[in-house]
Amino acid sequence: MKKNVFSLNDEIRSIYINPNETLLEVLRDKLGVKSPKCGCDSGDCGACTVLIDGKSVRSCLILAIEVDGSTISTLEGISKDGLSPLQKAFHEHNVFQCGYCAPGMILSATELLKKNPHPSEHDIKEAIAGNLCRCTGYIPVIEAILDFTKKD
Amino acid sequence: MQDYKYIGHSAERVDGIEKVSGAALYTDDLEFGPDLLYAEIVEGPHAHAMLNSIDTSEAEKVPDVLAVVTGKDFPFNFGLYMKDRYIFAQDRVRFYGEQIAAVVARTPIAAQKAAKLVKVNYTPLPKILDPLTAIQEGADLIHPELKNYDRVPWFFPTPDTNIAHHRKIRKGDVDKGFAEADYVLEDTYEVPRYSHCAIEYHAAVAKFDHSGRLTVWASSQSPHTQRNLFANALAPLGIRHNDVRVIVPHVGGGFGSKAGVTMEIIAAAIAMKVQGHPVKVMWNREREFYNTYQRLGVIAKLKIGVKKDGSITALKHDLYWDAGAYVEYAANVVNAVGLSAIGPYRVENASIDSYCIYTNLPPGGPYRGFGYSEFLFGLESHMDRIAQHLGIDPVEIRRRNAIKEGELTAYGAPMNPNGLLQAIDRVAEEVRWHEKLTSNDPNIAIGKGFSLFWKAPAMPPNASSSCFLKFNEDASINLLVSGMDLGQGFLTVMAQIAAEVLSIPTSKIRTENPDTDRNPYEWQTVASHVTWGCGNAVHKAAIDAREQIFDLIERTKHLPRETLYLEDEMVKCTTDPGFELLLKDFVIYGIQMEDGTFKGGPIIGRGSFMPEFTSTISDPETSQGGHPNVHYTVGAAAAIVEIDKQTGKVRIKKIVEAVDCGKALNPSLVKGQIVGGIMQGISTVLYEEMKFDHRGKMLNPNFTDYKIPTALDVPDEIIPIIIEVPQPDGPFGARGMGEHTMIPVAPMIANAIDNALGLRITSMPITAEKVCLALLKKEKKK
Ligand code: FES
Ligand code: FES
Repeated sequence: MKKNVFSLNDEIRSIYINPNETLLEVLRDKLGVKSPKCGCDSGDCGACTVLIDGKSVRSCLILAIEVDGSTISTLEGISKDGLSPLQKAFHEHNVFQCGYCAPGMILSATELLKKNPHPSEHDIKEAIAGNLCRCTGYIPVIEAILDFTKKD
Repeated sequence: MQDYKYIGHSAERVDGIEKVSGAALYTDDLEFGPDLLYAEIVEGPHAHAMLNSIDTSEAEKVPDVLAVVTGKDFPFNFGLYMKDRYIFAQDRVRFYGEQIAAVVARTPIAAQKAAKLVKVNYTPLPKILDPLTAIQEGADLIHPELKNYDRVPWFFPTPDTNIAHHRKIRKGDVDKGFAEADYVLEDTYEVPRYSHCAIEYHAAVAKFDHSGRLTVWASSQSPHTQRNLFANALAPLGIRHNDVRVIVPHVGGGFGSKAGVTMEIIAAAIAMKVQGHPVKVMWNREREFYNTYQRLGVIAKLKIGVKKDGSITALKHDLYWDAGAYVEYAANVVNAVGLSAIGPYRVENASIDSYCIYTNLPPGGPYRGFGYSEFLFGLESHMDRIAQHLGIDPVEIRRRNAIKEGELTAYGAPMNPNGLLQAIDRVAEEVRWHEKLTSNDPNIAIGKGFSLFWKAPAMPPNASSSCFLKFNEDASINLLVSGMDLGQGFLTVMAQIAAEVLSIPTSKIRTENPDTDRNPYEWQTVASHVTWGCGNAVHKAAIDAREQIFDLIERTKHLPRETLYLEDEMVKCTTDPGFELLLKDFVIYGIQMEDGTFKGGPIIGRGSFMPEFTSTISDPETSQGGHPNVHYTVGAAAAIVEIDKQTGKVRIKKIVEAVDCGKALNPSLVKGQIVGGIMQGISTVLYEEMKFDHRGKMLNPNFTDYKIPTALDVPDEIIPIIIEVPQPDGPFGARGMGEHTMIPVAPMIANAIDNALGLRITSMPITAEKVCLALLKKEKKK
């Protein structure tokens, strides 16, 4: 067990971690943060996406000991002070169906818009290509992001 | 047209904020405290073998292990339509990866370690991995006890064979029909198995507490059906229906995979052996592929005769389904197709044989489309080929044969009102069917394809729905139903129906996924029937509440009830414009009379619905005489594709799909179903492919090797079209449409590929590799 200190959704957390625990396991089972989901546990689906120092990472692929000193955000953090304008846009467009991919998808889109507030359709597709969704057919996700970026 | 305030509008989803904020909890997100136990499954490494003995002694010695259970602990069979399944294998394993035993421990690691120490002794048996081998004379029997299984009365097994059910249609005189034909086309089409690939795994947690109460939290489409099957299967252990409670939080996609009962019964059963502890059974991505339901594979032999003008004179459709090791649910897929494999056409002379065949592959089961995608791949390919031969336009041949209201289905019942012709015309217009497309790049071929679709809900004739509607003090409402929101938007639409009847904003109606102790009965959320069936129950409950309101006003305010109406959360009166009474002033508190007493009391609406006109009783030799299906939803679709002749890669430029949903209660959700369904259809035809080895072991049970599309694979354009020919017995005229949207995709793409390249591919999937090889072969022949 090793003690790790990191910022999670703007709170400093220090926690003992086994060297073989993934960040996804630690977030969900030890810290009670449930928005990152498990859909494959092998880096294929993106449901476990979180932001580490602003960059989207699959938390099932990274060991928790590697995030010592980092800043981690999950959808809980993004929603803390009310829904972000992007989350509102997703809601208004009725984008998600089962919603299981939503936390990962929204974080990937958040990262994209931070880097590139006016992405092309192709940029959007590339940014969310690592997030599998079986329900929506992706087009509603892409359209909502495009519509949102046109508005501001 | 009537003006509606709440239905027909694209209301925001009632679960939308939960889902975009990360607040939505799914089964694996629920906390059960430090007492939670974990189960690990021991799987059989044979597709077919006798199970001689199981030695659990070493596993039991592992620290933190509380119990090791095997089939001996639960010698019960279960199943939805036919009881051919077991909680754990009994004396025989029938597919690779079948559950043999489970270890229950305090940590997942201890459970996994112990599971590896369970020793099982098998005698391998000959395995049967395809349906045609399974029906050969003298084939080994996968279920020698088939004829003794309890089953619904509309299944007809052939004793001492691997045919678990045979649905036959005999309508008119096919021999005469073929004799009268000017042209007869006969061919075989093959559609393999597919996996649902909901992103959330199956998950179940069960607790049998010290009072004898069994609670199961599960990711399920079927809470009440689960309760029923758990109670029935575990009855020998003293469990009754009211001891069982099933709670379903949000579900991360189902598509049929979470209908009925699969792995959840393992959690329910093993909880009985570790009384007092909650125990969790989690599937993983691999098991999602090989030990839940898979979509059935089919080999379909199709023969159609037509006159010169394209009108169908006879149709013969023989379907050999690879239904897998257990068919308790799959046999009803086979049945549904048997009843409907004429497609949305007027066919006077029809013969259909739909065979449900046991194989040693994972159990087949319900999958969005319930067999219709599979048979329409052949049928709609065939219609194009016939049109081509006769020199008739593919759209025109479909128009000529399209079934109309009142014309007879294959089993002799009249077709419901429908907008099939409208759908055909709107799609043809939108896709500019008659415009010729040419490519400037000699390496790129362009083609167009068309397809019709239809589907009826497949359900028992007494499948029913119910609703409680209770007012709160502020005239907000809790609407209790037990249909499941799997993402399709069911709960939102139920809220809209109640909102419309009671003139209360949808946002003031709370409706959530059910708990079988609190919410009234619903059969299950399958068959695209809940908008219709449960919608009817909600409609009735809202009317019931409204009538109670009017009763009270009539009694206390002495206004004639026929003058009363609801508007903007108030009761109003047509003859007294000054009369307005806010609902919130009396729906709980009642109305105070002059003498100070109160009349009324909490308003609680109640509604239940059963399709009382359906019946499965018919002549088993012909299927004539019954009314097994409530109605069909129909539609049409077209695609424009570009194919790279070097690589065989298909790029979809445009898809147009029109579906007749009777009334779009929420157009945004209807469009969501169309786009999502089309993408799932594209995936089955262009990308997905299950691979099994000679042992019957699935070789690609993961998303690296079993590809589903990403955002980079979407078509350039999808145009959804809503047709509204009302369903007379539907809520505001609505009928279901969720599954239907993926059904036309495979044949229309096959047709478009043929249109572009003159290449007819009769087996799915149509991967780039397959197109490329077929092209090379064609070139060589030249
Ligand atoms: S769970 Fe991490 S990528 Fe699928
Ligand atoms: S909404 Fe269901 S997986 Fe994306």
